[in-house]
Amino acid sequence: MAVDSYKFLPRSMRAMYESMVAVEEPPVWTALTKPVERCSIALMTSAGVFLKDSQEGFDEEREWREPTWGDPTYRVIPRAVRQEQIGCSHLHINHTDLLEDLDVVLPFRAFTTLEAEGRIGRLADEAYSFMGYQDRRLEEWRTVQGPELVTRLKEQAVDVLLLAPA
Amino acid sequence: MIEGLGIPTVTVTMMPDLAQKFRLSRVVGVEFPFGHSFGTPHNDDLMLQVSRAAVQALSEAGEPGYRLDVVAEWPVPLEVAYKTWHPPKASPIVAQMLKRAQPQG
Repeated sequence: MAVDSYKFLPRSMRAMYESMVAVEEPPVWTALTKPVERCSIALMTSAGVFLKDSQEGFDEEREWREPTWGDPTYRVIPRAVRQEQIGCSHLHINHTDLLEDLDVVLPFRAFTTLEAEGRIGRLADEAYSFMGYQDRRLEEWRTVQGPELVTRLKEQAVDVLLLAPA
Repeated sequence: MIEGLGIPTVTVTMMPDLAQKFRLSRVVGVEFPFGHSFGTPHNDDLMLQVSRAAVQALSEAGEPGYRLDVVAEWPVPLEVAYKTWHPPKASPIVAQMLKRAQPQG
C-alpha cells in the first residue's frame, strides 16, 4: 500500500502539492562505493534541534520579521548526545515529542542496533540538524552550507547521508 | 545537492510523492505526521522498522527514482495526530497569510 503523502496536511494544501509539476532537471545520483554493510552512515534532520548548553538556536526573531525567510545554518549533534541537552527552534512543527525523545527525528538507538547487527558499517560520530523552513531556491545551501557540509562529511569518512525532513 | 557533491543519500520522508517530484535519489516513505520521521517517543520497534527500510533502500536502489514505502500505521488516531503535529502558535508565514485573508475595514 502506497503512503498517502498528504494525509496529515491541512486539506486545503493537498491540491496545491498534488498539482505541483516535477522539476525538469535530471535526477542526481551518486552510487555507493562499497556495500552498505561497510558504509559509515550519518543522520541529518530538518527538525531544528540544537544543543542548549553550547549552541545558539535557529534565528526565529528574523523569521518573525521576515516570514518568507528561514535560517539556513546547521548544527552538529554528537552521537553521544543526552536528551536533556536538546533544544528546538522550529516554528512550523510541535516540539513536544522530539523533546521527549530525540530519536523520533534522529534515530541513534536504531542505527546503533543496525551497527551492532552488522547491517551497516558504522553510525557516524556526528549527526546534523537544520531548520526545514527554507527559501525554496536553497540559494545559501547550494553555495555555502551544502559544500561546507560535504567537506565535513568527507573529513569524517562518511559514506552515506540519511536525510530526514521533519 | 549533497548527492551532487559526491555523497550518496537516502531520504526518509512523510511526503514521498513530493520527494519524487524533486527527483531525489532514494526515497523511503512513511505515513507519519510532520516532526516524527521515525515514530512516536520510545517506540523503538517502529524506529527500527523505518531505519531498516532506509538501509534496505541503500542496498537495493540501483538507479534514480527508487522508492520504498514503509507499511506501518501511525499509532495515534488520525483526528488527534492531524492536529497535534502543528505548533502551538501559527508560524510567521501562516500568521501573515491569515492576516491578509481577514476582511479589510
